[in-house]
Amino acid sequence: MYKIIYQIIKTGIRTEPPPVSDEALRLTAQRLQKEVLDRFQGALAIRHVDAGSCNGCELEIHALTNPYYNLEGLGIHFVASPRHADLLLVTGPVSRHMEVALKRTYEAVPEPKLVVAVGDCGCTGGIFGESYASCGRIANVIPVDVAVPGCPPTPTRLMQGILTAIGSEREDRAAAQR
Amino acid sequence: MRVEDFDIELSPLPGATPVWHGSVDAGAWRRLCEQVRAKGGRLVALWGSDQRELGRGFGVHAALVIRSGLVWLTLPVGGTDYPDISDIFPAAQRMQRALADLLGIRARGQQDQRSWLRHDTWPADRYPLRKDFDGSKPQPAAPQVYPFVSVEGDGVHEIAVGPVHAGTIEPGHFRFSVIGERILRLEERLGYKHKGIEKRFESMTLTDGARLAGRISGDSTVAYAWAYAMAVESAARMTPPERALWLRALLLERERLANHLGDLGFLGNDAGLAFGLAQFTRLKEDLLRSNAELFGHRYLMDSIVPGGVAADLDAGGVARLLAELDRLAQAVADLRHIYDDHAGLQDRFIGAGSVTPELAVRLGLCGLAGRASAQAWDLRAQFPVSPYDRLDVQMATHRNGDVAARVIVRFDEVGESLRLCRRILGALPAGRITSALPEVPGDTLGVGWVEGWRGEVFVALETATGGRIRRLHPHDPSWQNWPLLEHAVLGNIVPDFPLINKSFNLSYSGHDL
Repeated sequence: MYKIIYQIIKTGIRTEPPPVSDEALRLTAQRLQKEVLDRFQGALAIRHVDAGSCNGCELEIHALTNPYYNLEGLGIHFVASPRHADLLLVTGPVSRHMEVALKRTYEAVPEPKLVVAVGDCGCTGGIFGESYASCGRIANVIPVDVAVPGCPPTPTRLMQGILTAIGSEREDRAAAQR
Repeated sequence: MRVEDFDIELSPLPGATPVWHGSVDAGAWRRLCEQVRAKGGRLVALWGSDQRELGRGFGVHAALVIRSGLVWLTLPVGGTDYPDISDIFPAAQRMQRALADLLGIRARGQQDQRSWLRHDTWPADRYPLRKDFDGSKPQPAAPQVYPFVSVEGDGVHEIAVGPVHAGTIEPGHFRFSVIGERILRLEERLGYKHKGIEKRFESMTLTDGARLAGRISGDSTVAYAWAYAMAVESAARMTPPERALWLRALLLERERLANHLGDLGFLGNDAGLAFGLAQFTRLKEDLLRSNAELFGHRYLMDSIVPGGVAADLDAGGVARLLAELDRLAQAVADLRHIYDDHAGLQDRFIGAGSVTPELAVRLGLCGLAGRASAQAWDLRAQFPVSPYDRLDVQMATHRNGDVAARVIVRFDEVGESLRLCRRILGALPAGRITSALPEVPGDTLGVGWVEGWRGEVFVALETATGGRIRRLHPHDPSWQNWPLLEHAVLGNIVPDFPLINKSFNLSYSGHDL
């Protein structure tokens, strides 16, 4: 046990601290936390769906939870069921074999729900395009709020995408109230 | 078995890897497979191609590994069936089922004739890899019910999982038959990610194909890009500059390090030690960040191109990577002590998801998981291409075949990759990093074969005129290893499945194509 404690102390806190500098990630992290606290009272639940990616985007979604980005430290966590989710983070292209599963997962998320399409393939179909086996971009199958390009998009870009989705939802709500 | 022992005409293909090609008739097809099997050889891949426009009907191909290297056998098929070899090589079963789905030619005598990569999005009488199939358009839906094998008896029930899983992983379906907590049977249903990669290649030039090859399985982008480049260079009869080859090996070992570090973290996490995940993913992130700064991409996508590599390394970069290796070696050594000493962790690891060496050799387990079950195959050690032929790669193996063994092999391979990276950085030859690709004639074969972090990645190429791809089959080691997962979980409890599955960490995308 003392070895684990020693290693933890030796490693220190590696999460890149929010504030001040204009370094992209830090700014994002700080604003993201505020948005999340305002909108979802401290918690945003994300359900990830791989609808046919090459698994490159999944590597970066995993990286979001490493100590540097520490997404969970901001009150954002990944959940095991769409029933528990506020936001779907979907990678693609949508293979035709995943079309039904993706639609059902989308339907299982309670309203209000958000969808962030991840990666070049999620945004446009990418190198796989549309074919006998691929439906192409996510928006061809379910409504998408924000599309984050990149092959794969970096964790910083993914955080920005999630922030933008929360922002757009706020604006839609405000517009509806007017 | 050596290449001289074959009683058919075999011609060597040019290129980095030792490979011979020959055509066989139906009798020799089975006989040679039996001989290879009897002498301890393995099936690396089985695939088909539509060669009717060349007047050769369909071709069924098998890549077999023997002591001399790789033998690529082609069986011309006039009708629509060919002799089954899944009794000789059980790993051929799913490959033959996929071949029937995609090309419409069946293995005569194969017991399991269910579709594998075709679900319900194209009719059973249309075959995407036939040349007269228009791959650009959606097909009419063809609903089917997949007949899972069911287990009956008092107290037996089924748990259906997927295709959308609970974690951040790829989609697939697992059908468990359980009694209480114990798994009586697991049946996998894959193919959810089938996105027409092989058909897509056929509309591409040899140059453009490199990008797609790097996206067959994103976590193995370097291994695929190198295997693809090797196949193209073999068909083009050219060799990239030495410096490019050394840089390729550096990139491949960095890909291995990144994946092994991530897996070691997730394996700790799946056994309840979140500390391990935090520690190892921090080390992985450090590696990814220096990849991005020095090579322009966190996962090194598109760094290897036919003819060479896309990014060079200056003296400052070499010094930086050497310093990083030292830090990493120390950190991994510290964490390995903690993992070794942690009774709770070892209790979950030891004995879980065991594959005996006897079962592994019978069913053809390969790659990292194979080495953890005493299957001592590593291309870098046995068929080393430059620069591995000068690096004296030490293969990591274990006999226990459980999660603990797969963890140990990963730790050992991290140590060896760190050593290899140091050697490469210390001996990086000077010179250019690309050579121009000469014009590649049509109807030429090429082969790439690379030991990726998961196992051997194989690429078989048939060219068309005008520098285009006529047929390309990329083969992931997951094809061989997925069926073993069904065996590894037997008798284990359902809650150990995620841990066992992670210890194999197989690719869905690389398999589903």
